Amino acid sequence: MKKYIVSLLALFAFIGSTLSAQTTAIAAPKVDTGDTAWMIMSSALVLFMSIPALALFYGGLVRRKNVLNVFMQCMIIVAVISIEWIICGYSLSFGSSTGFLAPYIGGFHWAFLNNINVSDLSPYFISHSQLAADGSTVGTIPHLVFVMYQCMFAVITPALIIGAFAERINFKGFLIFTILWSVLIYNPVAHWVWSADGWLFKLGALDFAGGTVVHVNAGIAAIVTALMLGKRRDYKGHALPPHNITYVVMGAAMLWVGWFGFNAGSGLAADGLAANAFLVTHIAAATAALTWGILDWFNDGKPTIVGVSTGAVAGLVAITPAAGFVGVGGALAIGVLVSLICFGMVAFVKPKLGYDDSLDAFGVHGIGGIIGAILTGVFATPLVQSAYSGAIYGNGHQVVIQLIAVGATIVFSGIGTFILFKIVDKVFGLRASDKDEALGLDETQHGETAYTSFD
Amino acid sequence: MKKIEAVIRKSKFEDVKIALSEVDIDWFSYWDITGLGKSLEEQVVRGQIFQSNYIQRRMISIVVRDVNVEKTVNAILESAWTGDPGDGKIFVYDIDDTYRIRNGESGPGALYNQESIEN
Repeated sequence: MKKYIVSLLALFAFIGSTLSAQTTAIAAPKVDTGDTAWMIMSSALVLFMSIPALALFYGGLVRRKNVLNVFMQCMIIVAVISIEWIICGYSLSFGSSTGFLAPYIGGFHWAFLNNINVSDLSPYFISHSQLAADGSTVGTIPHLVFVMYQCMFAVITPALIIGAFAERINFKGFLIFTILWSVLIYNPVAHWVWSADGWLFKLGALDFAGGTVVHVNAGIAAIVTALMLGKRRDYKGHALPPHNITYVVMGAAMLWVGWFGFNAGSGLAADGLAANAFLVTHIAAATAALTWGILDWFNDGKPTIVGVSTGAVAGLVAITPAAGFVGVGGALAIGVLVSLICFGMVAFVKPKLGYDDSLDAFGVHGIGGIIGAILTGVFATPLVQSAYSGAIYGNGHQVVIQLIAVGATIVFSGIGTFILFKIVDKVFGLRASDKDEALGLDETQHGETAYTSFD
Repeated sequence: MKKIEAVIRKSKFEDVKIALSEVDIDWFSYWDITGLGKSLEEQVVRGQIFQSNYIQRRMISIVVRDVNVEKTVNAILESAWTGDPGDGKIFVYDIDDTYRIRNGESGPGALYNQESIEN
């Protein structure tokens, strides 16, 4: 009897050792503390882009009677969209659904963050894939960190649109429009491009940190809302002078800092790819800022700080989809090209066409995003990620895929925003009354003024 | 006593300040103003060059004794002049009385420091 037990134990020990040998052969995915630390930091940096960076950038560009309204819009978007994100946004963007809808939108499996445990690993990973037991790709950071990181992206995208309708929108209408836009426009596009089920992801569209999902999407919504809302009452075909240029510069500088989280975090790891994204993001921003300054100099004889700040933001927008695919040469080229085209758009084309995109949300984010997304297909180099190359490395087909991704986003965002705008405008009203607009939205929408004469 | 208010170009402010100092007008207040007018001024925002009718100027305000009115006005007239439209205006008002808060002294004597300057 004792013999049997000993031999049984020996057998168990043998099976156990072979089993453990099998599991060690494929490295079990586990949380990497370095990656996790960097991703928590990156999430905070991306939040920093919405508040206070974008609030200051846009707030400085409006007139003093509307600055609090812009700050308020940025702040309330952070509050409302973060809640929308855990209720259904994350699940609709990154979850999976069944049937014919699978490539277009996620389901409700992760609604209210159900079925996500503290110890779960992120279901997505970009820089060096690991496989889970069921063969799917997993990351080295907790799932909850990924949820939070993507939450900050969902927050900043509708905040970018503020630039188009600033100074003339009714606060209630704005709030409802923003929530609906996030659910019905942002979440599907994020699913298309970033989810493993998404149709643009499967097509091979390259969008490292959100050029199409964030910037083209918001930029197109911006031009549609600007056109539908109409011009500001005293818009005469040229910009209304910014009320506080120091805010604009601070905001642009903070955006520059925050963008390192936006781009260098999008590999979801602290590795060489993050280093490359960090480098090209900085170089593209620097190049675009300098280019815009030089254009200003030729145009009017003086380089302006509003111009250089705008150029830096345009460069950051354009490098966003490309950060994980291009090298420093591509970053220099993208920086120069985006400033040339956005400058032409803002300085010459916009006044010609006469639409009132208050703070150039379309001219900088829309156009910059489109240029960046297309140029990613041109300058992508196998030296950064060996699997991806662009037109200058002989893969002209990548440009076609990029054009499809941009085109699909333009069509969906354009038509979707148009329909949403019509409905919200009919039910709640979106345009502030003429008198409210004349008095300023700070006083009429919030009962507060930014620069009071009190101590 | 008179109050002299002048709307001048910002670009001429340094010249006006020096000219006033040369005629011994050492203290005055000033502030930046924006006005609407028929004339247009060039402004540049993000590469868009446009004409704006919001006009940026500087307002200076000086209270002087009657004996100093003429030299003060002349100093501003000369130093703020460029010859182009938009050089500004000078307004002269009567002042009923002046009080020095430190010692309650009133009248023209309160406008300058008798203790240190023999005038």
